[in-house]
Amino acid sequence: MDLFLDNFANIDSLLQIYPLLLQGLELTVMIAAVTLPLAILVGLALAVLYSFEIRWLRIALLVYIDLLRSFPVLVLLILIFYSLPFLGLNLSGFAAVSLAIVLNNSGYYGEIFRAGILSVPGGQKEAAHALGFGPLRTIFHIILPQAIRNVLAPLASNSLELVKTTSIAALVALPELLRSARVAQEQTYNPTPLTAAAVIFFVLLWPFARWVARLERRALAGR
Amino acid sequence: MERIIDNYFNAAVLADAFPQVLQGFQVTVLVSLLVILVGIGSGLLLAVLRCMDLRAVNAAIVAYVDVFRTLPQLVIIIFVYFGLPYAGLSLSPFATTVIALGAVLSAFATEIFYSSIMALPRGQWDAAKALGFGYLRTLFSIILPQAVRLAIPLLTNRAIAITKGTALGTAVALPETLGQAQSIMAIVANPSPLTLAAAFYLTFFIPLVVASRWIEHRFGRGR
Repeated sequence: MDLFLDNFANIDSLLQIYPLLLQGLELTVMIAAVTLPLAILVGLALAVLYSFEIRWLRIALLVYIDLLRSFPVLVLLILIFYSLPFLGLNLSGFAAVSLAIVLNNSGYYGEIFRAGILSVPGGQKEAAHALGFGPLRTIFHIILPQAIRNVLAPLASNSLELVKTTSIAALVALPELLRSARVAQEQTYNPTPLTAAAVIFFVLLWPFARWVARLERRALAGR
Repeated sequence: MERIIDNYFNAAVLADAFPQVLQGFQVTVLVSLLVILVGIGSGLLLAVLRCMDLRAVNAAIVAYVDVFRTLPQLVIIIFVYFGLPYAGLSLSPFATTVIALGAVLSAFATEIFYSSIMALPRGQWDAAKALGFGYLRTLFSIILPQAVRLAIPLLTNRAIAITKGTALGTAVALPETLGQAQSIMAIVANPSPLTLAAAFYLTFFIPLVVASRWIEHRFGRGR
């Protein structure tokens, strides 16, 4: 047990490396703060465009959504980060990670919002039309508020997944929380930094994960 | 244009890389199948265990589910591969990826199965009891068949999302599709192998993503 604590919860090691972990945490939060709102906005825009019932546009949007949902986000990141320089386009690690996460999640959010809009009965749209609402006012004032309430659980769940995904930045040498912990581990020959990073992730995300679980349970019971 | 063809669709490089990336793809498929088998199997088992309402067991299951649905997949993979050897447990990259992703899927599957069971009307249990069914018979012949039906759309989506995480195996040198493509790219200084990897992932996942939308439509309506 002592040996175990010495290895996985070593106080000396922790004191030595915590500034590094804090810096990592800061970067993790920053990536999430940039990508989360952007991905939601792009996804919402895709779904709103889809709702206008223009045939060729609908097909194009579905192709975009399914293509991005089929791409593992890490594959997208490696493509962006390692292959674009061959075309003379050098993106920083931060930009590459943000682009990969936003592209990938815009597909997920697009599909979620799309399903939400489809779940609102058609009569709502007709009623809005009969009351003289234009198409934009109909979608933003009548349809979307109901749609979002219907898909709150998958929205929250996907947002949690997005924040978790930020750790792939470690694989393009961006010193976010996980990468910092790996570096610290190699400096101290001790896995305590990895434990610390896991604990930080857990403490930060756990309340959110619980909330998501409650929303999902409620959605399931409501069917 | 020529630059794009030369860098992404270089015929000579593609032909050379094909056998090795194909080998990687076989690893990807094998890991994915094992993750699904391990994850869904143990998830169902844990959900049934949880229904038995044993306090100590329940606390352990809830803790397990919370930890593995909250931590990022990559953090778990890195911890298992680089941290556990300090506790005397060294796993191969293959075992690491299967166990780490299998644990994540099993946590989500436990939660999905359990909340599906809970979402069924109480009357189902009462009716079975009134007909003289024992506890286990009620669970296996009455409750589970209905709960599984409810769980299928959520489960397919989650299984696909986690299977895409097999690409994270590259972080621990698992020779799967992305890892193989990256190592060839480094040797020939041309990113075409990545195009090949992307094509393999898309042929694997597009049918799954399209099927999952169909399943959601089929099982999600008319209840």
